[in-house]
Amino acid sequence: MLGLNKKDTSLFLLVLVLVVLAPFLLNPFPENSELAQFNAGYPDLMQRFLIFGIFAIGFNILFGLTGYLSFGHAAFLGVGSYAGVWMMKLLTMNVIPAIFMSVIFAGLFSLLVGYISLRRSGIYFSILTLAFAQMSFSLAYSVLTPITNGETGLQLALDDPRILGVSQENGAIPAANLFGLAMRESYELSLGGWLFTFNAGYYLCAVVMMIAFYVAVRIFRSPFGMMLRAVKSNQQRMNFTGLNSRPYTLAAFVISGMYAGLAGGLMVAMDPLAGAERMQWTASGEVVLMTILGGAGTLIGPVLGAGFIKYFENIFSKINDNVLYGWFSALPEGVADFLVFVIHPFIGKGWHLTLGIMFMLIVIFLPGGIMEGVERIGRLFKRKSSDKDSSARASAAPAE
Amino acid sequence: MDILRVEDVNKSFGGLRALNNVNFSVEEGTVHAIIGPNGAGKSTFLNCLIGRLIPDTGSVMFGDISLTGMKPYEINQVGVSRVFQTPEIFGDLTLMENIMIPALAKRDGEFQLHAFKNVASDAEICDKAMHMLEDVGLAEKRDSIAGSLSRGDKRRLELAMCLSQDPKLLLLDEPTAGMSRADTNNTIDLLKRIGDRGITKVVIEHDMHVVFSLAEKVSVLAQGAIIAEGKPEDIKGDPRVQEAYLGGAHL
Repeated sequence: MLGLNKKDTSLFLLVLVLVVLAPFLLNPFPENSELAQFNAGYPDLMQRFLIFGIFAIGFNILFGLTGYLSFGHAAFLGVGSYAGVWMMKLLTMNVIPAIFMSVIFAGLFSLLVGYISLRRSGIYFSILTLAFAQMSFSLAYSVLTPITNGETGLQLALDDPRILGVSQENGAIPAANLFGLAMRESYELSLGGWLFTFNAGYYLCAVVMMIAFYVAVRIFRSPFGMMLRAVKSNQQRMNFTGLNSRPYTLAAFVISGMYAGLAGGLMVAMDPLAGAERMQWTASGEVVLMTILGGAGTLIGPVLGAGFIKYFENIFSKINDNVLYGWFSALPEGVADFLVFVIHPFIGKGWHLTLGIMFMLIVIFLPGGIMEGVERIGRLFKRKSSDKDSSARASAAPAE
Repeated sequence: MDILRVEDVNKSFGGLRALNNVNFSVEEGTVHAIIGPNGAGKSTFLNCLIGRLIPDTGSVMFGDISLTGMKPYEINQVGVSRVFQTPEIFGDLTLMENIMIPALAKRDGEFQLHAFKNVASDAEICDKAMHMLEDVGLAEKRDSIAGSLSRGDKRRLELAMCLSQDPKLLLLDEPTAGMSRADTNNTIDLLKRIGDRGITKVVIEHDMHVVFSLAEKVSVLAQGAIIAEGKPEDIKGDPRVQEAYLGGAHL
């Protein structure tokens, strides 16, 4: 289907089903139950899953295929965000121009950064990209304040021109919309104790992510993708094979920069503001973690990694001591105190610690990330079923 | 006609004169061997031909193209391929992919942004790759990862990669080093078979058995200079060669 082979088509359809049904799947617990806080099916978080999924898919095209580890990809996300907000200030609150220009500006900026940084490889490349990102971050706070609005962050205002739309609607800033459909519009479905939210913005993100994912699959299976893997495998041989690796790496860098810009543009479409902190090195590091955690070089791994990290960030960080005492209320007081004391460092603000430990465990025991785990489990089942097959055949044979 | 003509090439590393006024030419369609003791400058010489090193002085002419100053990928694009002493293959990719990459490079040039084509449905390239693998006897392993091959298989794969580009000139740096006698003989057979394609070959080799069964002409390199050149039979008997290369012992 759509030029994909059988395996990729089924993967694509699986992702499609998961994304479409996410409002159900991520809300498995009834609204008023103890476990409701583990529900992730609210629009804001679901949008973030997809947006960071796009960011990670793009990053994976560079890192997973060519092996060039960029530590500055958040800069492109930031540039995309600023471009998006400016489109909403100058043109219209329709999200299409904002998303479109985010991609263009991030692409242009990544062309510049990539052209310079790709003169070096390995650790020097990483440091160069990191330097560029930190430079962008600092400039956004200082010299570029007229464009970025410094520490306050770039926001919409009532007196923005919006030449293709309206400056204000009933004395308020108009909502970000897609041809009139407001992004924050939601439909809530109440089934028994469960509450499911279907959000317009989420489904816009879903459409964009499916397109982004499809393009990534095509790139992975293309001659271009094969050349990128050749860069990672043996650049020496590549050059002696009549291939110029520079334009390949630069193209991969720009494509992944454009994915980052797309993610930035979608963030703005969902919530029209942009701040310099989006470009900070921690944000760049986060996408590296997502990609490695999920499985660099795999198609779907980075999306899983992004979901994993965002889930921890938003759900684990909300568990506090009071919640813990709630869980352990049935236990004797001393035991409950002790358990809370033990678990305390891992929850709330300590979610970083939990994530860090998970990350270490995965990298040490599953160097291929979550996807390697999935593959191993898959192989285990396959072996079991083929064992059964062969034993069935063996027992059938003497009967003949 | 000479396909390769090297004139007055010098190359020094600090105080060490690795190549000293080397003059060398290869006739089209022949197999030309370069022999010489360790450290004679054989690999340095090949590196100067393919753009890995730039000669200090002198010229390297391939037909009527000057290779001096050209980038390695440009040199390959005009028709020079090299098999390395330690196999340089794409260790993380499958055997098929290892051959498809050079085949694509040959057909599509140094860079193509074919991000939306499906490489697996490119029949021309797939057929060619399959054909090459059959030629070197690696067809059953087409979907294995190249890094898992034995050393001898890696060499055969690298040779197939070079051949898939239909090079005009093939440079082989010790194609049988570290191989068993049986593998060596297989490689000789393989190289003889591909001789039919009219590819000019320059072979660096330690193993005299290989040299004498393949080469039509032999050049002897010692301490960075060509000290003798001629037919294998003549070289065998040349006292200077025996002195420099074999330490005076008789073959």
